[in-house]
Amino acid sequence: MAEFDTRIDYYPTHELNGIKFRRGHVLPFGATMVPNGVNFSIYSSAATSCTLVLFEKNAEEPFVEIPFPKEFMIGNVYSMIVFDLDFENLEYGYRMDGPFDAAAGHRFDKTKILSDPYAKAIGGRDVWLGPPNWDKFYPFRSRLVFEDFDWEGDKPLETPTEDLIIYEMHVRSFTNHPSSGVKFKGTFTGLKEKIPYLLELGINCVELMPIFEFDEYEHSKKDAETGELLVNYWGYSTLNFFAPKSGYAATGKYGMQVDELKTLIKELHRNGIEVLLDVVFNHTAEGDHRGPTISFKGIDNKTYYMLTPGGYYYNFSGTGNTLNCNHPVVRNMVLDCLRYWASEYHIDGFRFDLAAILGRAQDGSPLSNPPLLETLAYDPVLAKCKLIAEAWDAGGLYQVGSFPFYGRWAEWNGKYRDTIRRFLKGDEGIVGDLSQRIQGSPDMYWVRGATAGINFITCHDGFTLYDMVAYNQKHNEANGENNQDGNNDNDSWNCGREGETNDDYVNTLRHKQIKNALAILMVSQGVPMILMGDEMGRTQFGNNNTYCHDNELNWLNWELIEKNADIYNFAKHIINLRRNHPVFRNKEHFRNSDFMDSGLPDISFHGTTPWHPDWSASSRVFAFMLDGKHAKNGNTEDDTVYVAMNMYWDALPFELPLLPQGKKWHVSVNSSMPSPFDFHPVSKEPKIEYQHNLIVGARSIIILIGK
Amino acid sequence: MSTLSVKTDISNNAAIITLEGNLDSSTAPQFHEAVQKVIPQNPQELVLDVEKLDFMASAGLRVIIFAKQKLGSTAKLILVKPQDQLIETLKMTGLLFSVTLVDHYPE
Repeated sequence: MAEFDTRIDYYPTHELNGIKFRRGHVLPFGATMVPNGVNFSIYSSAATSCTLVLFEKNAEEPFVEIPFPKEFMIGNVYSMIVFDLDFENLEYGYRMDGPFDAAAGHRFDKTKILSDPYAKAIGGRDVWLGPPNWDKFYPFRSRLVFEDFDWEGDKPLETPTEDLIIYEMHVRSFTNHPSSGVKFKGTFTGLKEKIPYLLELGINCVELMPIFEFDEYEHSKKDAETGELLVNYWGYSTLNFFAPKSGYAATGKYGMQVDELKTLIKELHRNGIEVLLDVVFNHTAEGDHRGPTISFKGIDNKTYYMLTPGGYYYNFSGTGNTLNCNHPVVRNMVLDCLRYWASEYHIDGFRFDLAAILGRAQDGSPLSNPPLLETLAYDPVLAKCKLIAEAWDAGGLYQVGSFPFYGRWAEWNGKYRDTIRRFLKGDEGIVGDLSQRIQGSPDMYWVRGATAGINFITCHDGFTLYDMVAYNQKHNEANGENNQDGNNDNDSWNCGREGETNDDYVNTLRHKQIKNALAILMVSQGVPMILMGDEMGRTQFGNNNTYCHDNELNWLNWELIEKNADIYNFAKHIINLRRNHPVFRNKEHFRNSDFMDSGLPDISFHGTTPWHPDWSASSRVFAFMLDGKHAKNGNTEDDTVYVAMNMYWDALPFELPLLPQGKKWHVSVNSSMPSPFDFHPVSKEPKIEYQHNLIVGARSIIILIGK
Repeated sequence: MSTLSVKTDISNNAAIITLEGNLDSSTAPQFHEAVQKVIPQNPQELVLDVEKLDFMASAGLRVIIFAKQKLGSTAKLILVKPQDQLIETLKMTGLLFSVTLVDHYPE
């Protein structure tokens, strides 16, 4: 028996089968190590009793079940300290007794052992796609975590939002392909090994697709034709909001996933790269009334889920259930969770999946002043975190431009994506809209500033950038849903042939279109986000919804760097260009005036003739100039930059605006030129011979630096 | 039941703990106890001879973290001849920077 601390509250008062315990502390919720023991605390608004179930790691049968004595309950919270537990070897869960009355919202089942919503790690599925024992009585087991990680001097980086260049990525996809060359493929450690690559590319922020514990076997099935196992690969279905995905850690089999993830974050920070997490608070892995009872459903169904008056599950997420985010108790859980990740994992910010749901009331109706969003915006722990909303949901609520922001929230700018795609493929009537998008969408975010919009052309949902220029239609047959899943409105253009082709003309045009897209993204005000692999022409072979594939449809093939070297080199250049020119990274919107008395307004619009933009419906031409003296609201000085975009199918002569005395135009980018003449390295740009006019090739972009 | 043999030696400013066998959650308390015993002597070097250690589970790594924190920043934590797998785990969990690896002690 251990020596007990002298404090009176660390002595046991009760004993059952040799296990000693006493009344616990109600806060914090979850399992917390205290001197000599572990404090367990859990709440349920409607359970009639609760039993703590303790296992040795991986054991089929628990070694003890301790019912909470009535006197251990305060309000609706059950708490108890259990002494002399082997922290390393412990797994725990709860049994909750109570009514099973679906119409009233209750689904208690005391035969089930329930995972703790506040568990900091989950055992039982330690390795990715480890063969599960389907008969296992308690598959997802709550575990304890040590908070003894040595962060040294690390803290969140607090990079100004306007300076971020976000790289959206999937931990497993990034290094699981054999070509990645890393030792521990598809893991946090593998990602860490590739940090030099991220630095070479020039990004300063990674956004990790879900890394909270999920079950890759959820809804898994064998494809009828190919026999391939289709899984919950992306992980947009949370089992537990506090636990990192063990299968993403090479050390998951030792239960060290927490340390491995923290080591990755610390190393990313040391290299100046922020870490954003894609968090999925709109639903859980428990599905609807037919789904499994893993945790929330058996603990407090009515509290955690939005229910119809008949006790069924509202389905605003498109996945079976909807987390009841604006219930005060659930709201607190979300807050506790984000505080935990921000403080214990040094996370720099969060991207909220289907965030419109977070603004819905308990009956599903949209709230004008959603308390959860307000709470997160004003929380002291989250004060420096980036908060980014995917401002729509599967229930039809679309809030891009109108998401409640409380001076904090940014949004994935879906409108940016749609406009740029249409402009790139040569649609008419886009130029007016385009001018707003490249300015940071002041029409949408006038009050909020340019950083309210996360600009992207591609993300994990939908085509990759390469597929956007190689496919007119989605090709999702491999998903096993008869090509019915995935978005039909892709605004894509295949450049003349559907899919892979040997046609040089088509392939050259595709590469140019990719460069055009990357160029527009990097010269736009707002925060750019690149999808993993777009910098090297990653393809999903026309599949625009690869959520279920643990194979080459998702894995990044590193050989593409060589195959598409021109795209990769161009991507590095255009990112570097943005990082070198503060004129692209304004926080505040332009004023469309010369408030610095430089002789040029902060931004000006042009066409084939200077100062005469062509706003007409049939126009496919747009040029703009950013005056360097106005960079960052006039607080820093930069070169003047001129960008000419010609999405017409023929080359056009552009007359150039005059520069102030002594300055000359130099060419940084000309996407119509073959590699390596499509760009010139920063500060080595050659002066153009004719300073008054130039030809912009068909479907091409030219960027000039005035210095 | 796995077994661990723990031998402790103090010489000059160094404390040497020799570990043989399996270090897992059932045997880690022995290691923990040894560390706790030598720390009050303020060793400038804590040497863990792990050449004959076959396996170290997370419980053992926790003791290393504990030792590092107790030793303070001026004292050195030295591992003698760790096996490759242990080095890899130390690397992935961010512990490698806290320890010095040597092939022999004294060098």
